[in-house]
Amino acid sequence: MTSLGKLFRTTAFKLALIYLAALTLASGAVIVYLSQNTASLLHEQVVETVDAEISGLAERYRTGGIRGLVATIDARARQPGASLYLVTDFAGNVLAGNVEGLGERVFSGESGELQRVSYAPFGGGAKREAFVRVFQLSGGFRLLVGRDLREHQFFRDLLSEAMRFWLFVIAALGLVTWVFVSRRVLKRIDAMSATGQRIMQGDLSERLPVDGSGDEFDRLAVSLNAMLERIEALMQGLKEVSDNIAHDLKTPLTRMRNRLEEAMRQGGEGAPSDDALSRTIEDCDGLIRTFDALLRIARIEAGSSDAALVDLDAGELVAEVAELYAPVVEDAGGSLTVEAASGLGLHGNRELLVQAVINLIENALKYGTPEGADPLKVTLAVARTGDEVRLSVRDHGPGIGEADRTRAVQRFVRLEASRNLPGSGLGLSLVNAVARLHGGRLVLEDAAPGLRAALELPLGKAKAGKQGNEGGVGDGG
Amino acid sequence: MATGARGELLRRAGLRAVHVHPASNGEIQTIMRILIVEDDVEAANYLAKALREAGHVVDHAADGEAGYELAATAPYDVLVVDRMLPKRDGLSVVSTLRGEGNHTPVLVLSALAQVDDRVTGLRAGGDDYLPKPYAFSELLARVEALGRRPRQQEVETRYTVGDLVLDRLSHTVSRGGQDIPLQPREFKLLEYLMQNAGQVVTRTMLLEHVWEYHFDPQTNVIDVHISRLRGKIDKDFDKPLLHTIRGAGYTIRDISR
Repeated sequence: MTSLGKLFRTTAFKLALIYLAALTLASGAVIVYLSQNTASLLHEQVVETVDAEISGLAERYRTGGIRGLVATIDARARQPGASLYLVTDFAGNVLAGNVEGLGERVFSGESGELQRVSYAPFGGGAKREAFVRVFQLSGGFRLLVGRDLREHQFFRDLLSEAMRFWLFVIAALGLVTWVFVSRRVLKRIDAMSATGQRIMQGDLSERLPVDGSGDEFDRLAVSLNAMLERIEALMQGLKEVSDNIAHDLKTPLTRMRNRLEEAMRQGGEGAPSDDALSRTIEDCDGLIRTFDALLRIARIEAGSSDAALVDLDAGELVAEVAELYAPVVEDAGGSLTVEAASGLGLHGNRELLVQAVINLIENALKYGTPEGADPLKVTLAVARTGDEVRLSVRDHGPGIGEADRTRAVQRFVRLEASRNLPGSGLGLSLVNAVARLHGGRLVLEDAAPGLRAALELPLGKAKAGKQGNEGGVGDGG
Repeated sequence: MATGARGELLRRAGLRAVHVHPASNGEIQTIMRILIVEDDVEAANYLAKALREAGHVVDHAADGEAGYELAATAPYDVLVVDRMLPKRDGLSVVSTLRGEGNHTPVLVLSALAQVDDRVTGLRAGGDDYLPKPYAFSELLARVEALGRRPRQQEVETRYTVGDLVLDRLSHTVSRGGQDIPLQPREFKLLEYLMQNAGQVVTRTMLLEHVWEYHFDPQTNVIDVHISRLRGKIDKDFDKPLLHTIRGAGYTIRDISR
């Protein structure tokens, strides 16, 4: 995942988008409301001004006649920022004013109606917009008073400019917020997940960073840390218990075994037979073995990091085990073949992986004999599937029914078919635990006929050369 | 004393029926001075007794401090040190001794069940490692192998047992002048057995030194390999050299020369 892609996928990004949309909508509404209100206010102002001027000029006409009116208008029209004035006689000739280029239509309208027109200022210039009102004077004279709309236009432009600027600011703010929030959040979340990964790899002493700001992440980290503390205490307890069990139970077992051996060595009158003694020693050893396997599984599953992981070559590892076991399979009247791809690296614990493969081979030896007269056939394979290395052991026996496959991996579970065979029911559990320690899994499949037990493990670095392989005696037979 | 110890060793080794003439024996069975550092008194007494029966001289220390004092002042051939000890941890005793230049071979005993226990044990300076509970035969075989170690450092290029000769340089094996072709692993197996000729070598020791695997083999893996080797070096000859020691392991020796 690219860091940018990661940034886009954050909650902060979504929040920033929503925030941006909401703010845009709200400010849009405000601006629309504002501009409408202002427009109507300005309009009213125009109407009032025009009306006031009309009534003033009408008054002037009544007192001073047309001459007086024209004189007043001439005087007013010259002032800067003046309103628009136009006086015509009954024939439509202009007597005074500062407007021209108005259509004839303007005067045909009802008297007193406010009209929006375009006009040219007196003395030339670009056409402008204005609101005008025509007032019918007695004697056929018509008086036109209006206000230029430049101010309106100016104000509207100002508003839309402000609106654009505002939108830009919002967008920029949203972007900045998003980048800041998501980087900060991502940083903390990434720190948390990195710590989580380390913890999952077995280092339970790790804690999530707490920066003391008391924000929601801090509170989350604090409660997760409390949880981790508890888990660590529990795991520590488990470790202590198993160490104590190891010590306290193994000590009497050692003594028991010692006495049996001593009795066997001394023999003499009235001593139990060597056979009984050696069978008891065997049972004792079986007990110890089961017990060791259990502790081992518990340890591996607890993920305690005391299993050193190194780079290994999967093919070499399997070939070595095959070399050790081939004569055993042959003595059982069968054959063991290896189909190993070369150059597949594994990052793992050699001891545990070897033990896992051996357990699978032992299972094939025990349960993999085909029904009928066919000889035992065991196939070890190492292959790559995607980013994984698959170490599989296949037999041609009756296999394990689909319903039993999950159960077969559990501790002490011994399927019906194997009840009368020796074994502790821990073999596959150990393999499973080893697979999980390496970040992989144990898969049981129907190889029709037979069972294929596969360890699917993450592909590691291909091991360069053969040196550095502490146990790698490269002379596999 | 040596004769008695020899007889005792063979009796323990399950060779009671074989008559051994002490003087005719080509192997050397040295008497070793062994220090046991173990807090479990009963286990220690048993171990001391059994080691004495095997012909060795044994001292016992019940805690780490006492063990260190003894090991640092008296010359021992082998130290057997438990990991969990009162007063001072077994591994710290070993690493202190090593730091002082004391290179007495150490066998570390441990009841811990950690996956890489052995590695920590050996890293601290132990020469061999045995998890508890152990079979005495296993411990004895390892202690004797450790006690012999210094002499082996003079590199021998040829091992001879009876008329069986293994040449480490040319990688050849012959018996009675007759070449015996061996697989590389079989050669390694025979090499290790002959290196420890006359001594009992356990299945676990073979698995560790020949295959470099450290666990208890569940099936008869080693037996199968031994029987194949036996088929090559003993089968066509009237006098067997590779013997099975019941309840312990194997040994290669020329008994009736």
